[in-house]
Order: sequence, then C-alpha cells, then structure tokens
Amino acid sequence: MGERVLSISGMSKRFGALQATQDVSLDLHAGEIHALIGPNGAGKSTLIAQIAGSLKPDAGEIRLGERDITALGVARRARLGLGRSFQVSCLAEPLSVLRNVMIGAQALQGHSFRFWRPVDSDPRLLAPAHAALERMHLAHRADTPVAALSHGERRQVEVACALVLEPRALLLDEPMAGLGPEGSARLTELLETLKQEVPILLIEHDMDAVFRLADRISVLVAGRVIAHGDGPTIRRDPRVRDAYLGD
Amino acid sequence: MTRPHLSPLHSPAAATPAGPRRWLDRRRLVHGALLALMLLAPVAADLLGEVYYVNLASRIALVAMAAVGLNLAIGFGGMISFGHAAYFGLGGYVAGISAYHAFDGSLVMGLPGSDDMRVIWLAAVLLCGLLALAIGAISLRTTGVYFIMITLAFAQMVYYFATSWPDYGGEDGLPIYLRNSLPGVDTQDALSFFLICFAGLMLSLALTSRLMKSRFGAALTMARLNETRLATAGISPFPIRLVAFVVSAMITGLAGALYADLNGFVSPSMLSWQLSGELMVIVILGGVGRLYGPLAGAILFVMMETLLGGLTEYWTFFLGLVLLGVVLFARQGVIGWLAGSERHG
Ligand SMILES: Nc1ncnc2c1ncn2[C@@H]1O[C@H](COP(=O)(O)OP(=O)(O)OP(=O)(O)O)[C@@H](O)[C@H]1O
Ligand SMILES: [Mg+2]
Repeated sequence: MGERVLSISGMSKRFGALQATQDVSLDLHAGEIHALIGPNGAGKSTLIAQIAGSLKPDAGEIRLGERDITALGVARRARLGLGRSFQVSCLAEPLSVLRNVMIGAQALQGHSFRFWRPVDSDPRLLAPAHAALERMHLAHRADTPVAALSHGERRQVEVACALVLEPRALLLDEPMAGLGPEGSARLTELLETLKQEVPILLIEHDMDAVFRLADRISVLVAGRVIAHGDGPTIRRDPRVRDAYLGD
Repeated sequence: MTRPHLSPLHSPAAATPAGPRRWLDRRRLVHGALLALMLLAPVAADLLGEVYYVNLASRIALVAMAAVGLNLAIGFGGMISFGHAAYFGLGGYVAGISAYHAFDGSLVMGLPGSDDMRVIWLAAVLLCGLLALAIGAISLRTTGVYFIMITLAFAQMVYYFATSWPDYGGEDGLPIYLRNSLPGVDTQDALSFFLICFAGLMLSLALTSRLMKSRFGAALTMARLNETRLATAGISPFPIRLVAFVVSAMITGLAGALYADLNGFVSPSMLSWQLSGELMVIVILGGVGRLYGPLAGAILFVMMETLLGGLTEYWTFFLGLVLLGVVLFARQGVIGWLAGSERHG
C-alpha cells in the first residue's frame, strides 16, 4: 500500500437523537480507491461532509498527510487538496459549465483579489478548466449553462470541478448516479486510471462498479463501520450480506 | 489547450437564442443611447440657457452613480443592503464639513479643511470604505432578512448621530456656501459641474464592468449564485463579499460628496432610510444586477419625481404602480425591457 494521504479517527456526529456518525476511523492511501458503502441513511454523505469541512464533527480528528485539518474551513481544506463532489449536485446553474470549473483553477492560483484582468481570456484559467472537462468527456458542453445539463452530466461537472483543484485526495459521493450504463462504464474506466494520481474515497450504490474499482471497502450501517476489507472479504461477510447486500 | 471561444459568461446559447453577439447589438445600442441622452440633453439645455435642466441632469447622474454602487452590492453580490444612505450621507458630510473648515480656517481632528474636490473625494472614499468595512464585517455574518435589517440599523445609528451633533447643523444640516473647487474647472458653471458628475458616473460604470469580468468578479458571482460551490472550489466567500461591499460603499460615498456640492447643502436627510429605500427602488426599477440598470432606473425615478411630483404630491403612488409592474412583469427591470434580457451572472 502507498503512503497514507487521508486519515480519519474517532469521528462522531449526532443530530439530536440520531447518531449519524459513530466512532468512525478510516484512511485513504496513495494509489487506491476506498469505497464506502451502506444502506440509505447510513451516514455516508454526513461523513463526507465532515471530512470536507462543511459539517463540524462532535469528536474526532482528520489528517491530510501529516497535517491536522480538523479545525480548518471548507475553502482552506479544498486549497490544501481535498476535492469533493456532492450527491445532490452543487453548481451555479445559470453559469456555463466552463465557468463552474474555472473558479477552482482560480483558487489554486492564489487569492482572488485580482480586479483587472478579465477571466474570459485568461489562458491560466481556461487551459486547466478545459483540460479537466476533456478528461470528463465534457469538452463539448463547456459553454452550456449548467441548468441545461442532465442529472448525470452535472455529476461529471462536479468531478471536473474537483479535478481542476489538482487534489491530493478525492471524495466522490455517488458520481455514477443518473449516468446510465454507458456513462457508468466510462466513468468506471476513468476512475480506474485516475486513482494512480489521486486516491479516491468513493461512495457508490452501483455494486458492480464498487467491486470492480475498490481496493478496499468499508461498510457503514447506522453511522458505524461494521466491516472493512477487500472486495472478496466484504462479499463473504455475513453481517454485510445481512445488512446491505441482501440475498 | 485554449480553444478560441466566446465569452463563457454570456455564452451565446444562453444570452440570446439569435446567435453570437454582434459588435452593435440591441443591448449595446440601448446602453449607448442612454449615455448619449445623459450627455447631450444637458449640453442642449445649457445652450438654451436652461440651467435648471442642467442641474437636473447632474442630479440624475449622481443618483445613478450612487445606485451603481448599491447595485454592486445588491445585484452583483447578492447583498441586499438597506443602509447605503449611510455612505451617501457620509460622502455628503465630508464635502460639507471640509468646506466649512476651509471657509473659517479651523481644524477638523487636527487637520485643516479643504475646498479642493480632489481632497474631498479622496477623504469621502476612504472614510466610506472604513465605515463599510466595519459595518460589513459585522453584517455579513448574517444573511437574508437579518442582513437587510442590520444594515438598516447601522445606517439609522449614523443618521441619529448626525441629527444629534450640533456642531455641523444637527437636524438643520450644513450649507456649503461656495461650491468646492477643482483646478482648471469652473465648478460654479452648471455644465462644467455636470461634466464632473457624468465623468464620475462613467468611472463607476467602467469600474464595475471591469471588476465583474475579473477573477474577483467571478468569485463574487459565485458567492451570490452558490457559496457552497465557491468554498468547495477553495475560495472563502466572506472576504470576497466584504471587499465588494466596501467598493460598493465607496462608489455611493463619492456620489454623495458630489451630491452635497450640487445642492450646496448637506443634511441628515441624505442619511435617512428613505434615501436608502429610494436607491433600492432605483436599482430594482432599472434592473437588478444589470450594469446599466441604475442609470435607466435613475432617469425614470428622477423624471417621475420631477414631472409627476410637480402635478401631485401623491406621485409616489404612481411610482409604486411602476415598481409593481416591473417586479411582476419585467424581472430585469427597465433595462431588461429596453435592451433584452441577459443571463444572470
Ligand atoms: N443536517 C442534518 N440534520 C439532521 N439529520 C440529518 C442531517 N443530515 C443528515 N441527517 C440524517 O442523518 C442520516 C444520515 O444521512 P446521510 O445523508 O449521511 O445518509 P447516506 O448514507 O448518505 O444515505 P444515502 O445513501 O441515501 O445518500 C439520515 O438519517 C439523515 O436523515
Ligand atoms: Mg448520501
């Protein structure tokens, strides 16, 4: 296994009576895809939100590389290399796809208190944004407003937004949702090559994709990690079959 | 990697279904016509010796400029400030107080007064920036209705401060006996003074336009449309908004300094919530988040006030009707109706 890029330890979060995250510890190593699976409402998205910084955990520690990032805000974590895609896409709908992606390139190049030069003709923003879109097979959609995109395309724009940050770790929340079989297959292929560059913490309900892609799988049920291991181990685990995989 | 392409902000697909934007399209034509009207009408009035109309044009230009400032906050930044009179009035008081001390040779906080407009403008812009920095730093921690109310509350504090401070006229206000001066320009001459106001308006339009095309503008647009996206992309929304709020206040403050010179008088009414409301009405009438909206709104507002206000004291009833019409039927205001709708952002 490669070096440890991201690690979470002892994370807990309670919403009133609901324990959404319960003493969760997991990590992400260079070169791998670590899948997080579990039934609806298990707390997967809540966990991602805490890692990304948009939700404050009640307890626990998050490290990116050696650095403790538990106290940092969302923007700071993103600049340090945490790329994230949302389950419910979170984009500026009236703006073009390109514009949504460019904003990340802008953040990467230092502060945004630059008042003079137009972004429309700035190759330092356009080039990385186009490259990220090309990678997601979205080049032809660059000038389309996000509002005109399908659900699946929006998810891919979100991944492009994360890629343009040149992240050290990617947190993807159900990127395949709404893609259809062909799109899913293509994204699966893409993630497989991508993981060599950036390790990915992947939430996914498409079990074929999960078992094909994941080097390791953690199973979350009711906020707690009930099983952890490689694909075959998880497939055989009776508790997992019981709680999630069914049959 | 860089492909030749059209402005992604106003991508042709979304802006006008008619295809790529030509050099001289309807939008540019309308904007150009508004500016030409704004410039040529007072020149004609001056030739005819109608000083009253020259001054009316100056008033429109300054109200428009103040609204351009407010539009940066409301339209481009999504920060609905109900307290921009604080900056308009502060700018006015800077002009008044500075002239007052220059007149009798006394000191203000250890500094001599000045009747040089350049000094006054600089002081007005800096002080308005500082005030907005303080007010914005607190107000921008809230959103929605709370933001509206807290900006109003701060402006009311400034208002009551001005009314209860007798040194500069208190409730009665402060006259500026002789219009402040600018080297090489006869500021007493109505047309010359109008040209200064017009230059100020043009400057504020150019600044806003340039700003909104820059990286800062891209970040501000994203802060308005989806702040979670902005933060996820690595940019904190708060400092971006704060700087936009400060620049917005500076523009409105500069307009206020000129406005006091136009009237030869500054009083707490320039700081009143009614004035904040009028500026908001102008922005909404003209077209929220449209660069030329405040100009269209100011022309309509001041003309209605002057023409209808001369006929009936209930002219605001008709203003209300027009406002209702705009809110219900023309989401992008008068400018959207004249120049065609435009993609927001
Ligand atoms: N802000 C919140 N306040 C209260 N409860 C919340 C909040 N966010 C999530 N929850 C609850 O926490 C639980 C976990 O939600 P979460 O969205 O993390 O589940 P998930 O594993 O991502 O499910 P899915 O597979 O449906 O996306 C759910 O019961 C949800 O209703
Ligand atoms: Mg979820």
